[in-house]
Amino acid sequence: MPWNLDSDRPIFIQIIEKIQMDIISGLYAPGDKLPSVRELAQAASVNPNTMQKALSELERTGLVYSQRTSGRYITEDTAMIADLKSKLARDIVTQFLNNMQQLGIQQKEIISLICEINKGDGHDTVRM
Amino acid sequence: MTLLECKNLTKKYGNYTALNDMSFQIDGGHIIGLLGPNGSGKTTLIKLIAGLLEPTAGAVYVKEEPIGPASKSVISYLPDHSYLNGNMRVQEIIDFFADFYEDFDSIRAYDMMAKLQINPRQKLKTLSKGTQEKVQLILVMSRHAALYILDEPLAGVDPAARDYILETILSNYDEDASLLISTHLISDIENILDEVIFIQDGRLHTQALVDELREQDHKSIDTIFREVFKC
Repeated sequence: MPWNLDSDRPIFIQIIEKIQMDIISGLYAPGDKLPSVRELAQAASVNPNTMQKALSELERTGLVYSQRTSGRYITEDTAMIADLKSKLARDIVTQFLNNMQQLGIQQKEIISLICEINKGDGHDTVRM
Repeated sequence: MTLLECKNLTKKYGNYTALNDMSFQIDGGHIIGLLGPNGSGKTTLIKLIAGLLEPTAGAVYVKEEPIGPASKSVISYLPDHSYLNGNMRVQEIIDFFADFYEDFDSIRAYDMMAKLQINPRQKLKTLSKGTQEKVQLILVMSRHAALYILDEPLAGVDPAARDYILETILSNYDEDASLLISTHLISDIENILDEVIFIQDGRLHTQALVDELREQDHKSIDTIFREVFKC
């Protein structure tokens, strides 16, 4: 299954997340045309109705808009995409911090861990 | 529009009640999983819809008409056993289907055979069991039907071919058509379903949208099935 969807969460939600990610990462640029429901459903190996539901939901949030006859397009509102990006980043960090709290690791320790791992991976050093 | 309606459907074999007062409806444009343990009545239900069995009580309607020649012309049915003549070559069977069914698309059939590397010149009985099943499924999916009924379509097919077959199903049914698929291989197929019907002891247990079940239980359909029908 090329889209790597879990079976224990609603598929349409996972499709929304995947398309949001593709927009944030730039795979779909602002104003790009989306493939048809059927093409996307086939690529994801999901039911076309499920794909339709996900796209309708993306439309409702404004991230995607449809032009009556010609199909669906990614929003040209780059501020909206930037907002979504920072919201997702916050969600990821919040979840990370929750996990660390469960492990009983203090904030100072977390920061030093990040610096250590960051160096080890050969990434640019993060300044805290 | 209601594509299929079963109304108080009951089927008895002698004293044994295989289906008990089952009522449900299916609309066009859906892929529905018909799920239930062995002996729960899946194949009986399918045979009643396909017009191969007469109900003891109740009735089946396809496009609001009772089962008959008209319903058979819009239903494409894959039985759980092969009924094809093993001495025929695949291409002869394709010609046979094209002759028999007005809505049969030979080009689609040859195209799918080629993608699954099935040689149309081979006799059916010289093919492996799994390949014979693929041939049958291709024949069934090559019709432009309103309702496809597939009884255990994936059982004998290897996992790689399963993916291709699911893809084939997704890309080959018309938008307004529906598919009713009975299977035990729930995890392989649940992502392409949008609706499930659980049956137990000949009765309708649940009819629901799959994403609603997942949202409600935070579990896969496969897991829910295992819990509902725990032995």
